[in-house]
Formats: sequence, structure tokens, C-alpha cells
Amino acid sequence: MLLKKHHIVEKNVFFLILGIFMTIIIGGIVEIVPLFTMEQTIEKVEGVRPYSPLEQAGRNIYLREGCYNCHSQQIRPFRDEVERYGHYSLAAESMYDHPFQWGSKRTGPDLARVGGKYSNAWHVAHLIDPRAVVPESIMPGYPFLAERKLNFDDAQAHLETLKLVGVPYTDEMIEAAKADLYLQASEDAAYDDDFLARYPNAATGDFDGNPAELTEMDALVAYLQVLGRMVDFTTYNPQMNLR
Amino acid sequence: MSTKVEKDQVSGTDTTGHEWDGIKELNTPLPSWWVYVFWITCIWSVGYWVVYPSWPTASDYLKGTFGTTNRTELHETMANVAAERAPYMERLAALDVSEVVNDPELLNFSMAGGKAVFADNCAPCHGTGGSGNPGFPSLQDDAWLWGGTLGAINETLHVGVRWDANEDTRFNDMPAFGRDGLLERDQIEDVVEYVLSFTNRATDAAAADRGAVVFEENCAACHGEDAKGIQDLGAPNLTDAIWLYGGSKETITETVVNSRRGVMPAWGDRLDEETIKMLTVYVHSLGGGQ
Repeated sequence: MLLKKHHIVEKNVFFLILGIFMTIIIGGIVEIVPLFTMEQTIEKVEGVRPYSPLEQAGRNIYLREGCYNCHSQQIRPFRDEVERYGHYSLAAESMYDHPFQWGSKRTGPDLARVGGKYSNAWHVAHLIDPRAVVPESIMPGYPFLAERKLNFDDAQAHLETLKLVGVPYTDEMIEAAKADLYLQASEDAAYDDDFLARYPNAATGDFDGNPAELTEMDALVAYLQVLGRMVDFTTYNPQMNLR
Repeated sequence: MSTKVEKDQVSGTDTTGHEWDGIKELNTPLPSWWVYVFWITCIWSVGYWVVYPSWPTASDYLKGTFGTTNRTELHETMANVAAERAPYMERLAALDVSEVVNDPELLNFSMAGGKAVFADNCAPCHGTGGSGNPGFPSLQDDAWLWGGTLGAINETLHVGVRWDANEDTRFNDMPAFGRDGLLERDQIEDVVEYVLSFTNRATDAAAADRGAVVFEENCAACHGEDAKGIQDLGAPNLTDAIWLYGGSKETITETVVNSRRGVMPAWGDRLDEETIKMLTVYVHSLGGGQ
């Protein structure tokens, strides 16, 4: 009986490694590969676009500061989540996220649809000192974001790299990356048709209350203000995407 | 390590043949009930594969005979919730917000619903219970920038304040008198002194008198001749000792120099009509409703 012979495999390092390897391969083929081959993994939706350079810079700060340790960006399809946060998250909404920010570890609230929920001034006050506006909050303050000038000189290189892994940045977007970075945080952006065509639905204007300087606070708030606002749900048919 | 299987004298069970420093391991078989349960779960899983979504195929997956999906389940749950709420929601939709408060049952429903919606959407700025924060008005006092009647609160909730995405948003724009060079430094000092005099805090009567002229020419158009504010313009009352950004000499000066531009989202873009009515009723009840 094979069951009686298991000590042969267990006592031989080569067989043991081979066994572990085979197990992982089979698991991968069954659980991971189909996500790439199934046509319906990512819903067909209108409106999801790559992040603007300023939003991307904000996203990098979001990752740098470890916001994901307490905040998820995934509204699960349950009544309590949908009633609080809005429409459940679609895979399509994070298809240009590298890496995605899904999760269920929520010390703070989910942020998948925080865009447009609060004013810029609130975000700034709250990030500088959360207790100033929400006395019961246990979130740490990030006052330095408002003082640090945004360092994103390599915006073009970032966009090119993201393009390499499949984010559809156009040559025009990459060309204008550096200019767009500053443009989005100025009053002019709202009237710049080219910019708005590149990044529809982007929040524009000064974010941190200090129009003279482009700070990390500008970038982070610009990112937070676009979260969950890309998909046009008026043209989205949930019946087509039941799973 | 010995590999000799022997019978243990005390328990009468075979050993595994493993031995460490004279300690031997018994090869006690698993309880039979455990083994049966294990095999039953194995058989159960086959049934589970059949009825629930399970194995992937090349470009699709086995849907299972029950046709269950998380999203279908959610849509069913939400449809049930909507059906449960429908009797109230239909009445809420039909009634004007000023009439909702006259219906005790609907008032009760709105207060509970409004409280929940307020806690998630409004409390971060306006504070738990609407107590307010610097720059975000208290909803418990009698001072209302854009009106404290049920109708006015409902409208403000719908269109927001200075919310660019909404065409009908509440909007006014106080000039930055200092930053944009509309007033000289000493004129600003005078007018601040005059504003302080409304709450009996002026320390320089001559400056306050000069400030009255500056006020008349620059501020009265919006804040009113008597400085009691004009609600249609969203201009606050400066005489009631209620200050949105703080009432110290420094903060008032800052306001005159740089202006203020508080923003509130237009909730009509995020919440449905009935929810906003519930919210209106709740906010109106917090203490300041007119």
C-alpha cells in the first residue's frame, strides 16, 4: 500500500521538495490561472481610467505611509457594507492599481468610495490632526504632508513603468506628465479641456489650502478625492455581471 | 531512532516504533466517529461542487445547479430590505419634508434612519450629534448660514455649499480684502475692531468708529447694515457671538485678509431623495431647527 510508504517521501529532501512544488503548481493552475483566462473576471464598465500623475503621486504616498494597514478599498457585496459605503466594488475599478488595495482589515473605514464624500478642507484638517475634527478617532496625524514639497520629478518614468505592466497611458499622457502634475493642483485645470479629456472626473484646484506650493498633501487629497468616482454607474448593468 | 513496533504493556496499543531518548510514541488509532465524519465531509464536498460554483474551466467556471452568486444574494437581500421599507419610503417620497414631521410614525422612522446616515456621512465634519468643528458649523445652535427651516436644510443637503459639480450649489464668495489688496492694513485693523465691538470686545473706540465706515462701504452689502447677516446670501450674523472659524481678533483678521471658502458636498449626488428627507428631519431636530 502506498499509504504505508509515505515515510520514503518524508525522509527524502528531494521528494519532499518535489511534492511541495507539485502541490503549489496544481493549486496555482486551479485557482490563479483561470482568473487570467476567464473572460468575465473584469467587468466591462465605462469610465475607469489610469490615475493622473498627481493622483498617482498621492497613491504612492498612500502606500508609503501604510494607509492600507488600517483602510481597505473593497466594498464587499453585503447589505451592511453597501448601505454604508455605496455600490460594491468592481474588479474593473482596481484594474489599473498596482498593487490593488483590497482587504478586509479595517481599523478605519473602507475608502473605496471616499472620493467626493468630504471637502478638501476636511481631508487636510483630518490628515493634519484627526482628533481636530473626529474626537473619537485613533488615526495618527500626518502634519508633515502639508509641509513637504511633492517630489515627483520622475513622474514620466513612473507612468512609463506602469504602462509596461499594462496601464494604458498614452504617449500624450506621458509627454504631459510633469506639466499635468502641477496643472491639476491649479485653478486652470478646471478649464483645460485637454487635461480633462486625459483624466475625466479628476478633482482639480488647490487641495491643501496653500496654492503657492505643491505639497504631498495636495497629491494625497487629489488621490482620495477620485477614489470610487470613475465608474459611470448609470451605464452599468449589474445583471450582466452576477458572480 | 528505533523502528521496531512493539505492544505497549500498559495500554495494550502498538507503538509507532519511533523512540527519542527512551520515550516511545503510541500509535493510537483515530476515534471511529472522527473518521466517519471525515469521510462524510468528503462526500458532502462532492454535492457542494455540484450545487455551488466550483471548478474553473478554460474560459468560464461551473456555475452550480443552485445558480448562487454573492451578487445575486445581495440583490435579493436589498430587494427584501426595500420591500420592508417601501410603505415608509413611498409616504416619504409623496410628502413634502415639512409635512413629514406631522406624521408620528414617519417622524420616528426618519429620526432613526437620519441618525444612521448622519453618523457616517455628516459627523466627520459636523461632529457627533452635530456639535460642529472649527470651519464646520454646529447644527445645534440657532445660527444658520443658509437657513434652518426644514425646506432650507433639505435644499442645502441636496445642492451642497460651493460644490462645483452641482450647478445649483449654495454659493457666495467673500473677497480676500487683504490678500487681494482691497483694503489697507490699517483699514482692516479698524474694521476688525468694529466687528469686535458687536460683541462688546472692542478695546479702541476710535478705531472702531473708523471701522464702521469701512464696514458700511465694504461689508454691509452682504452682512447687512446691522451686521446681523443676510441668510439669502449665506452671509453670517456677526453680532451673535457664534463664530464658524473662531472669534478671536487674530482669526477675524485672518478671515478679512484671506476670506474663507468652506465647502460641503452636494448630497443629492450621493444619497436618494427619501434618505435626504430623513436626514433633514434629523438635522432639524438637533437643536437649532426653525
